[in-house]
Amino acid sequence: MVFRITDSPIDPAALLPGLSDTRAGACATFEGRVRAQNDGKGVSSLDYEAYAPLAEKEGDRILSEARDKFHILDAVCVHRTGSLKLGDLAVWIGVISEHRGAAFEACRYIIDESKARVPIWKKEHYADGSTEWINCATRGPGAGGPSPANG
Amino acid sequence: MNKTVRVSYFAILREQRGLANEQVSTTASSAAVLYEELRARHGFTLPGSRVRVAINDEFQAWDSPVRDGDSLSFLPPVAGG
Repeated sequence: MVFRITDSPIDPAALLPGLSDTRAGACATFEGRVRAQNDGKGVSSLDYEAYAPLAEKEGDRILSEARDKFHILDAVCVHRTGSLKLGDLAVWIGVISEHRGAAFEACRYIIDESKARVPIWKKEHYADGSTEWINCATRGPGAGGPSPANG
Repeated sequence: MNKTVRVSYFAILREQRGLANEQVSTTASSAAVLYEELRARHGFTLPGSRVRVAINDEFQAWDSPVRDGDSLSFLPPVAGG
C-alpha cells in the first residue's frame, strides 16, 4: 500500500501492475480530473500544492484504515502537485479485493478521507483571470469553513 | 525565553507571507500564540480556528508548546482531490 505525492503526470497504466494479485477478483479505480467549471465559474487551470512529508504520512494512515475497515488486498493512491490543465489527472486511486464490494467502498473511503484530511491545497484559475484558494475564503459563502465536497 | 523556530507556510498563507519558510524568534508559549503573533504581523486572513498546525511533520494540538529548534507548519483548510 502506498500513498504518494508527485509533481509528474500520473500514468495509470504504470500503476496498475503494482496491483497484481491472483487472489483479487476485483480492481476499482478512481480518477480525479481537472474540471472546467466550479461553483458556476469557468476554470482555466489549477495549481496543487502539498506538504509532501505529512501528506504521505496522513495518506498512508488513510490506506491503513481502509485495509482495516474493508476486506481489501492492496491499495495505491497518487496525487499530483504543480500546475494542471483541464482534463489532467489530479489523483488516481486503485484498490484490489477478492470481491467487488470492498474495492468500491474502499476506493470511496480513500478519496473522501483524502479530500478532508491530507494537506494538499488547490488554487483555481478562472477564465476571467481571477484566482482562488479553495476552502480558504474569509468572506462570502465559503467563509464559515470548508465548502461541501466539490471534486 | 526566546526560542528560534522554523516556520513553513502553505497555499494562501505562503502567498500572504510572501515566502515559504523562515526562521522566527519568539517567546510564544504555544503554537496558537505563535500563530496569532504571525497573523498580527503579516495580516493573515484565516483565523486560527480554520488553520491546523504541524510540528516536526506531525499534526499537533494548538496548545502544544513551542520548543527551540522546532519546525512548525501552518496549514490552511485542505482541498485535495
